Amino acid sequence: MVDQSIAGLVKAMANASEGDRSGRARIVILLLCFGLAAAMLLSLMSGASDASAVSVLKDWLLGAAPSDAALSARDSLIIYDIRLPRIILGMLVGAALAVSGAVMQGLFRNPLADPGLIGVSAGSSLGAVIIFVLGATVLAPVTTLLGTLALPLAAFFGGLASTLVLYQVATRRGQTSVATMLLAGIALAALAMALTGILIFMADDRQLRDLTFWSLGSLGGATWAKIGSVGPIIITALAAMPFLARGLNALALGEATAGHLGIPVQRLKYTAIIGVSAAVGAAVAVSGGIGFVGIVVPHLLRLLIGPDNRYLLPASALLGASLLLLADAVARTIVAPAELPIGIVTAIAGAPFFLWILLRKRGVVDL
Amino acid sequence: MIEVRDVSIDIAGKRIVGGIDFDARPGEVAAIVGPNGSGKTTFLKALSGELAYAGRVALNGRDLSSMKPAESAVHRAVLPQATTLSFPFTVREVVKLGLVGGRSGALPGEDARLPERALARVDLDGFAGRFYQELSGGEQQRVQLARVLCQVWAPVLNGKPRYLFLDEPVSSLDIKHQLIIMNIARDFTRRGGGVVAILHDLNLTAMYADRIFVMHRGRLAATGSPQDVLSDDLIEKVFDCRLRVGVLPAGNVPFVLPQSSVS
Repeated sequence: MVDQSIAGLVKAMANASEGDRSGRARIVILLLCFGLAAAMLLSLMSGASDASAVSVLKDWLLGAAPSDAALSARDSLIIYDIRLPRIILGMLVGAALAVSGAVMQGLFRNPLADPGLIGVSAGSSLGAVIIFVLGATVLAPVTTLLGTLALPLAAFFGGLASTLVLYQVATRRGQTSVATMLLAGIALAALAMALTGILIFMADDRQLRDLTFWSLGSLGGATWAKIGSVGPIIITALAAMPFLARGLNALALGEATAGHLGIPVQRLKYTAIIGVSAAVGAAVAVSGGIGFVGIVVPHLLRLLIGPDNRYLLPASALLGASLLLLADAVARTIVAPAELPIGIVTAIAGAPFFLWILLRKRGVVDL
Repeated sequence: MIEVRDVSIDIAGKRIVGGIDFDARPGEVAAIVGPNGSGKTTFLKALSGELAYAGRVALNGRDLSSMKPAESAVHRAVLPQATTLSFPFTVREVVKLGLVGGRSGALPGEDARLPERALARVDLDGFAGRFYQELSGGEQQRVQLARVLCQVWAPVLNGKPRYLFLDEPVSSLDIKHQLIIMNIARDFTRRGGGVVAILHDLNLTAMYADRIFVMHRGRLAATGSPQDVLSDDLIEKVFDCRLRVGVLPAGNVPFVLPQSSVS
């Protein structure tokens, strides 16, 4: 099976016409699948405890009676109820952020668009913080009605509102100015953060502590219940994005030309905005502010396989998931037994990378 | 057949184009000429479905305003004045975007080879692997034309003619490529399609246009064959420039006309 697909890929490479990077893109996607599997294994095996994923897996696969039943029960608890949900949540969040970044960049026709940089995440955060702080008092009827969905839904509407405002402000006649987009994003983020600040001011001590750790970004506290509430949202949004790929490719030529080619541009834009808001909202709701995944991942991949969204979107999902798992592994082990918020890790790695992109693009991007 | 009846276009409350009656027939190159700011591009944008208009436009007998983007994309392809790309696409990837609607009209199985064939037609053989952003303005314009040709590769589809809308297709090209591009347009009409082109070069217009539409201050100043339209009076009135048609320069001043090309 694998042999066959590799043979097919080699054939595709040999027949590839000049300027056609689809063969290379398929190989990269295949490698990224292996990379993700490796990142999952690494993640499963590393952590503050010495629980051995290998022995748990061996027990599970072979059905052998464990030599030390008590130790084995503890290990399997750590693996199944702590590390595994965390890995799955990390993959969902990483894929959601990376694909959202790629889609926003296609939508704004701009390689610097990123949910975190231009205020979408700030809008989502505001939505989430409203539920954090007011969920038990003023908004109690809403939270009881929606249950665990209240948080991701609030984050979704926060993200949606800021994306819509941003698009209206930054786009004129189908062209987005980089400067306007970044500045409008800064203004929106500032507004959202100010409103968030008011809520934080109102919060009590316990809420304050929860909020602080949440806003730094963390996959800690991942549970199967959380996966149950945001998993379906993220998976639905991610599953819808590939249908946008061809339209986003055409959009690279400009809105008017995409329309001439037969793309229903308005529908494409609104689907993309809603999909991105849902994915980012859900990711922010469970993991707080994890930045730079949405800009670093698509940018690296464009260097490798080109900007064709049919390959860029799935590849971004795979690389985003893998990188977030690795970042989380670093966050969990570097100061063990304590752990660093993962948002700090992605920002330390991502911010210089972003500056590097700006440096490379200086003169190319019209700021 | 493209029929335009009494079309007016307002932008931000200001009338840019008014009262246009216009026909573009299959088998003909229809050239729109006129001074800068006379409303040529605005009119072409309305014809492409990009701008709202008052009046009636019918594309092969169907009302344009009732057509979805995917439907009008079957009947016509549009070449804008200039296209900038936001991402590093290769030339082949750009040309292939012309096939996104999937109605090139080429024989089954031929679509995969169309980008190379279209590039060869616009004299860009061997450019498929280059990056679009690294090309000169004229080369980029020809890449876009190759993309447009892919979209309506067959000039007639299911018995209906298809159209090329070209906004200044030769403005950034050298004389050799001006002739190549205009010959592509003429060839498209000879095989049953139609062409609507905005042109600035009156000599090329006289050489290639079957019908000229002269625009002046948002209105049609004249319509007809090159022989009928291109007169001293009209040029003086429309272009505000005292020029004489068919007068050779004096003595030893060299001049080069596209009409002198030996094929």
